[in-house]
Amino acid sequence: MTPISYLEVFKALNSEVMLAVTALAALTLDLASLRRAEPLLRRRTIGTVAIIGLLAAVIPLWQQLGHPRTVLLGGTLAVDDLILVFKVVIVVLTLLTVLISMDYDVGRHVGEYFAVMLFGAIGMMLLISAEELLTIFVALELTSISLYILTAFHKSELRSQEAALKYFMFGAISSAFLLFGLSYVYGVTGATSLEGIREVVKSSGVGMSPLLATGMLFVIVGFGFKVAVVPFHLWAPDAYEGAPTPVTAFIATGSKVASFFVLLKVLFIGFAGLEGSAFWGHFSSGWTMLLAITGALSMVLGNCAAIVQRNVKRLLAYSSIAHAGYIFIGLVAASRMGATSVLFYIIVYSLTNLGAFGVVAALSSRTGGDELQDFDGMAKRAPFLSSLMLIFVLSLAGIPPLGGFFGKFYLFASAIQRDSQNFGLLWLVVLGILMSAVSLYYYLVLLKHIYVVDSKNESRIITPTYLNVTLGLVALAVVLLGVYPRPILELLNSLVAAL
Amino acid sequence: MRVDWTIYLTFLGAGLILLLPRDSKNLIRWVALLTGVAALLVGLKNYFDYNAWVNAELAAHNGMLTDGFKQIVNVTWIPALNVNYHLAVDGINFPLIILNGFVCVTGILFSWNIENRVKEFFAFFLTLIAGVYGVFMSMDLFLLFVFYELAIIPKYFVIAIWGSTRKEYGAMKLVLYSFVGSAAVFIGILAVYFSAGGQTFDILELAKHPLAPEVQIWVFPLIFVGFAVLAGMWPFHTWAPTGHVAAPTAASMLLAGVVMKLGSYGCFRAAMLLFPQGLEHWKWWIAVLAVIGIVYGAGVALVQKDFKFIIGYSSVSHMGFVLLGLATLNVMGMSGAILQMFSHGIVASLLFAVVGRMVYDRTHTRQLDELGGLAKVIPFACVTFVIGGVASMGMPGFSGFVAEYQILAGAFQMHPLLALVAGLSIPITVAYILNANNKVFMERDEPAGGHGHGHSDESSSHPPLPPITLPERVAAIILMALLVIVGLYPSIMLNMIKANVELFLRGGR
Repeated sequence: MTPISYLEVFKALNSEVMLAVTALAALTLDLASLRRAEPLLRRRTIGTVAIIGLLAAVIPLWQQLGHPRTVLLGGTLAVDDLILVFKVVIVVLTLLTVLISMDYDVGRHVGEYFAVMLFGAIGMMLLISAEELLTIFVALELTSISLYILTAFHKSELRSQEAALKYFMFGAISSAFLLFGLSYVYGVTGATSLEGIREVVKSSGVGMSPLLATGMLFVIVGFGFKVAVVPFHLWAPDAYEGAPTPVTAFIATGSKVASFFVLLKVLFIGFAGLEGSAFWGHFSSGWTMLLAITGALSMVLGNCAAIVQRNVKRLLAYSSIAHAGYIFIGLVAASRMGATSVLFYIIVYSLTNLGAFGVVAALSSRTGGDELQDFDGMAKRAPFLSSLMLIFVLSLAGIPPLGGFFGKFYLFASAIQRDSQNFGLLWLVVLGILMSAVSLYYYLVLLKHIYVVDSKNESRIITPTYLNVTLGLVALAVVLLGVYPRPILELLNSLVAAL
Repeated sequence: MRVDWTIYLTFLGAGLILLLPRDSKNLIRWVALLTGVAALLVGLKNYFDYNAWVNAELAAHNGMLTDGFKQIVNVTWIPALNVNYHLAVDGINFPLIILNGFVCVTGILFSWNIENRVKEFFAFFLTLIAGVYGVFMSMDLFLLFVFYELAIIPKYFVIAIWGSTRKEYGAMKLVLYSFVGSAAVFIGILAVYFSAGGQTFDILELAKHPLAPEVQIWVFPLIFVGFAVLAGMWPFHTWAPTGHVAAPTAASMLLAGVVMKLGSYGCFRAAMLLFPQGLEHWKWWIAVLAVIGIVYGAGVALVQKDFKFIIGYSSVSHMGFVLLGLATLNVMGMSGAILQMFSHGIVASLLFAVVGRMVYDRTHTRQLDELGGLAKVIPFACVTFVIGGVASMGMPGFSGFVAEYQILAGAFQMHPLLALVAGLSIPITVAYILNANNKVFMERDEPAGGHGHGHSDESSSHPPLPPITLPERVAAIILMALLVIVGLYPSIMLNMIKANVELFLRGGR
């Protein structure tokens, strides 16, 4: 084994280090001088510190772009352009979450709140770099534990506590599954790096041995919990509803992006050759079949359960379960186009959802509720934020010319392209499209409360300008990703080619 | 200005309205109107240029066209999927483009009295109009689908916010029906794209290399039915009456006048052009369903008690003529179908304007039993209804006659029984129009029994209704003039339609 050069590691993980320092600075600053200040002032000051740290963290990422791929610590962490792009995505999502949080009452422990959020972001960034089973696990735990803590931040609210406990229990069990599965995979292949596993599977021809199949199943179950697909989704509605809304946004976006990214790598690199088949009439065991089934269940159950929800955050939780199902279609395609479509979709999806939760956070903290009827007549009370919500929700519903439409189109196209002679995956696409039609119903119900239903209370809701601008920019990005997806798509396509 | 400016102008108008202060209602109305007029003028100018060009071509090539298309723009949009921003016009979509322009302008005039959330109303309205312009011009399946879906959502809000009678139900039903239809289209589009090798979404390119017959057989009905849902094909028509009734006047005009044509246009452009064998295989089904729709729609219209439902079901009936004409696959029938799209667009707009704006906004009821004697109070409405009504019956001298006569003649060539059964609807149409005219405008104060006390008081003493306003008069006169012009001088539209239909049937583009 070659000696480890810590300086190299330090340089390659420059931005993570910066975030860690920022988190500590935020903690210290809060503890040292702001304990007695107004909560709003505290949030704004510490939030600003976090923003500065996050902006600074983009610079090293930017500088590393375009360099050849480097592998650190004996293959545990990698840095290449695709990874850097997604680290930037995580930083941007964290930045937006921080901006939304500055306007949201997160209780007395302001310094801790932002620090834990930054730790979570570090976990996500490491998760994106990780190419080895143990590192993946450790990074996933860092992310998850930060999120459990954040979920419980509404200290006085019972539902926040319940949500955190539920999230934690489910998360812990899923980690156990994951670790158990990883140990089997290691046991069969004798390798912990994804590349190593692929080589062993390819050269030894172990194929789908029962032990490896068990390991793979458990790994997928473990990730299934993290990305909340049916039947491992039960924590999501409660956690989404109970957590402080900015935290919900963070769970629904940042952690999803990182989890999907690493899942993509585990499946496409580590389990390459174990795809099996999910083509209609030609099912054979392998991860595409598992994903096809869980994806199909998620689309059906997520969309149908969302119809009856009365709470906006819960509704969006079920919608995000359904969206995880759509993303699985791209993974099932198991092709380069599939990988591109998944990556494109998680970018669009995370921006859209972040925007939607941002609007919900801004409005519900002023009306005091996040039930559907609390949004009655919002188009008159907060016309600007309502129009942004229109864009976000329609993007989630997949209405052109918004990003969500193009993302979905590309996902479905990749599935058809996979077996374009016999349309083997058409069944999954048909299901996805039909379920999108179902989803339009509840998205329109949400918009109906905002735009159509009149409210007794017609007082204007004033939101701070920086928040309006931030959310406005997110909406603009969602529109641009739909109208002009070309640059991002070409970038991802060229980067995926190297995967 | 090129004709694609209709799209951009309308979008710009919608954007401009969003920037205006919400209290300056008149300014917003005028901006909307000027936008509509500007787009219409651009459309008309190009329409006449194209008409002249077609006539010159026909004269030069012994009455045959070699290529009916005028390309407008064709640039790469999304290279990863080979999607192009490709707009083009021919004799099929040009009549529909100017139809959209006319319905837009008159719809705005008939919405002049809207006071509630004016800004949002016109912004949604113009977005819808722009989407429709886009659908009519798109020659790329992906682009067509984008514009098509773009036009769905504004309908929901326009109906749910400004509508009447069960507006939320009607709006949701309409949107879900169109969305499910477009889901079928979406699957079909993906299937076409990949079956053809995943090279292009361009309709004209795809049409050059038809797919294998066994693919055509199953993809054709997906796309055709997907679009036909919006065209009100029986048995997928049930959204139409409830949607039309729930919608505010301008939206009913637009729904029946233009949006239903989106469906039939999509059937023609995306399904019939790309799948000649699929069409051949399924044409009898289409024709039979169309005939059922024609007779069923007319029959149901006859027994309605609600004035607006009568017009709603009559739309289903008349759109059946369009589908029947398309299925005949001969020059007569298909040209008639295209002309019928235009003609019914104008007739339906006119009739919905009478029902929704002139009558309902004044009397606040649409029940035939509660109305009566309006001819004396608002004679202008009565005259308008009679003209729209006779055009709807297919009276010679109006555009409806030219269109329906040709469709029936074409259907007769296909099978005499089709024409015979479809022809049955004409006396029924006469009956329900006359019945409505009688009950609403002629009879008075003979209560049919169930009148409440207050109502009989009112109807016997003719409460003075607000007079017909200038915008209403102008709009109604524009629409009536169109019916007569196209009725008496059909060649300004029929020449280009016929030439292009012929080209289509010859297997050209």
